[in-house]
Amino acid sequence: MSDSNPTPPRRLPPVAVFIGALFFFGLVALMLYGVARSDRPDRDTLPSALIGKPAPSFVLPVLHDPNVKVKSTELLGAPYLLNVWGSWCPTCRDEHPILTRFAETKRVRVIGYNWKDERADALRWLEQLGNPYMLVLADEEGRTALDWGIAAAPETFLVDDHGIVRWKYSGAITQDVLDRQLIPALEKIEAAGKGKAQR
Amino acid sequence: MLGEIGQILLILALLAALLQSALPLVGAQRNLPSLVAVARPAALLQLAMVLGAFVVLTLAFVRQDFSLRYVADNSNSLLPVIYRYSAVWGAHEGSLLLWALVLALWTAAVAAFSRHLPAVVVARVLAVMGLVSVGFLAFLLFTSNPFERLLPAPLEGHDLNPLLQDPGLILHPPMLYLGYVGFAVPFAFAIAALLDGHIDVRWLRWTRPWTNVAWAFLTLGIALGSWWAYYELGWGGWWFWDPVENASFMPWLAGAALLHSQAATEKRGVFIGWTLLLAIAAFALSLLGTFLVRSGVLTSVHSFAADPARGLFILVFLALVIGGSLLLYALRVPGLGGDARRGYALNSREGLLLANNLLLSCACAMVLLGTLYPLLADALDLGKVSVGPPYFGTLFLLLMAPLVLLLPFGPLTRWQREQGLRPLALLAPWAGLALLLGVVAWFMAPQGRLKTAAGIAAAVWVAAGTLYVLWQRLRGGGRPSAETTGMLLAHFGIAVFVVGALLVEALSIQHEVALAPGKSVQAGPYELRFEGVDASNGPNYHSDRGHVRVLRNDAEIALLHPEKRTYASGGMPMTEAGIHPALGGDIYVALGEPLGDSAWAVRVQVKPFVRWIWLGAILMALGGFVTAVDRRFRKLPGRS
Repeated sequence: MSDSNPTPPRRLPPVAVFIGALFFFGLVALMLYGVARSDRPDRDTLPSALIGKPAPSFVLPVLHDPNVKVKSTELLGAPYLLNVWGSWCPTCRDEHPILTRFAETKRVRVIGYNWKDERADALRWLEQLGNPYMLVLADEEGRTALDWGIAAAPETFLVDDHGIVRWKYSGAITQDVLDRQLIPALEKIEAAGKGKAQR
Repeated sequence: MLGEIGQILLILALLAALLQSALPLVGAQRNLPSLVAVARPAALLQLAMVLGAFVVLTLAFVRQDFSLRYVADNSNSLLPVIYRYSAVWGAHEGSLLLWALVLALWTAAVAAFSRHLPAVVVARVLAVMGLVSVGFLAFLLFTSNPFERLLPAPLEGHDLNPLLQDPGLILHPPMLYLGYVGFAVPFAFAIAALLDGHIDVRWLRWTRPWTNVAWAFLTLGIALGSWWAYYELGWGGWWFWDPVENASFMPWLAGAALLHSQAATEKRGVFIGWTLLLAIAAFALSLLGTFLVRSGVLTSVHSFAADPARGLFILVFLALVIGGSLLLYALRVPGLGGDARRGYALNSREGLLLANNLLLSCACAMVLLGTLYPLLADALDLGKVSVGPPYFGTLFLLLMAPLVLLLPFGPLTRWQREQGLRPLALLAPWAGLALLLGVVAWFMAPQGRLKTAAGIAAAVWVAAGTLYVLWQRLRGGGRPSAETTGMLLAHFGIAVFVVGALLVEALSIQHEVALAPGKSVQAGPYELRFEGVDASNGPNYHSDRGHVRVLRNDAEIALLHPEKRTYASGGMPMTEAGIHPALGGDIYVALGEPLGDSAWAVRVQVKPFVRWIWLGAILMALGGFVTAVDRRFRKLPGRS
């Protein structure tokens, strides 16, 4: 077998060693970064570039009546919650009961954003599961979604009375997210509104 | 008292592991037989201590000793007895203890079955395994102690995660760990060989059955997890490319590559350096998998509570083990004897095994990249990305397609040099048959034609090619060896798996409907009549239990009971799908949300050939086990 012939000592090619080392230390650095952020409570809510900036302007048809178009400026004056969903999205179904319960409190306008969906499917979905939305906008091709930076559903944005995006959450909203993030963010907006009204 | 005994046993285990790693290493290096002789007894002592600690923790669960924080957090008095046993490994601390126990078991097995190997080699192998034990036992004692007291003891505990209260999950972690940790044996052997600076191919023969058994257990573990996800998560999917699934799949791919390269190295003396690197990689990926699951670095359904201290500890350990191994490899491997100089033509079995290894390694790298990419993108501030089934599914299919195409040639092609297209000529009729059946499938499939045709053609090709080899060997006289039988079984398992994986994707029927009692829905040839939901109670949960009658041509074939369970301890409701299993296809019903007026959202699916996925996995695992018992591996290798 091969071990019987002693071979002259060789070296691994430096390029291989370099690539190996780069890969190894890169991986270690990446894991370190991951460990450092692993206890951040907000690690699931990836920051949105939109926070603190005006919501993108749009003109979108209403799902239930495509002839009616809604402009973003028409929504100003009071805060609203924009919930991105699609009938194709299983996680949207999971958050649906929680969102419905919250919408029933009428604390804020909850607007649906039906993303890349078939109109018939979307309507059936709402019929089956109930419609918590004051209004559902339809973005069948997903053009406007690009401006919002929507990459996945469900995703939820809180926009204040001046049209500034104040909060965003990617993934299914849970009771915990509602209590600990959304409601505090909403309270901040409400407090700012009251402060101005008193002045 | 019990808790303290467990604590002391763990400390003793750590000491035994220290002895087991330090003394034999020094002994092997300096040639001191008295120190070399420490390895075996120390390994057995360590096993006794870890087993003792494990039994103590199990007793604490059975007796419901809520003065242990871990017990109080993961069980309560309502928990059925069977789950009190499986709760031992139901969360972080206990599952690490299981890890340590499995490693100690493998170590003891190596100690027991290595009598015919040179004492120095065994001492090094056991010492390396002891070093890994030291890391895990220290991790347990310093950051994740399952014996921590909770005083004053609460009267009642929390609960075992309801997702884990399921028969499928009792065995999933032990199987998975037997696989993961089993790769420590080829790893330890590789390190021992590198330390020695000399590799005897006959020792390598001795590691082959270990790799096969570990890989077979890992296959079973992954299959169990997939089966569990299928019926418990309520989506009817069987693989989700979830980070934690990927974490177990990467060592599986590397292990599959290792099986093949070890065979080539043992028989032909080729790929020596590559085999050693793969042995390191398979175990490194097992450790990485453990790290990813335990640290909460990636978010996934399996995540345990994140604690940076734990994450950091295991990361440092990981970096030391893997970094040290790779450094040793880089320093020592060039002197180990050349594989390039052992000539073989590209058209040879070596060439095909090389292709197998390249494809499996690429698939493994692809899964690693996809799993870590969200973290990488976040670190580089590239924004949020989610890498999902489109990426994994497409690339995996691209990499596996040539593997499946080449597979039947492997066992038919001669070592070193093949004459032209001989194997192709032998298999041409079978290729024709596969194509023909593929075309027939294309025309018969009601939907998903391309995938159905590809699935049938690929499966027939692999199955026919495999059976042809069997026939050829039988005709050549004599019984095929266990090694050959195992290989053919596993390859046949791949054919079965391909049928399941592709046909389920192509032919599944899925309806999501709102059903009031008495209403029906048609799914393929079946009529499913919803007869309402009533409330019932389990030992520790409340259940909404649906009744769905399945009819075909007005004859009843099954009564299914999909459930929605709410556990007394609170939390999200759990779905239990109602399944009518059959080899030809499952009928799958899951309850969604109640819609009022006793109507429910119901998810109805017909999943043709879905069982074949797990059947294929079982055949692959069986192949691994059968290969391992080959008499050739038990023969005493003569002294070099």
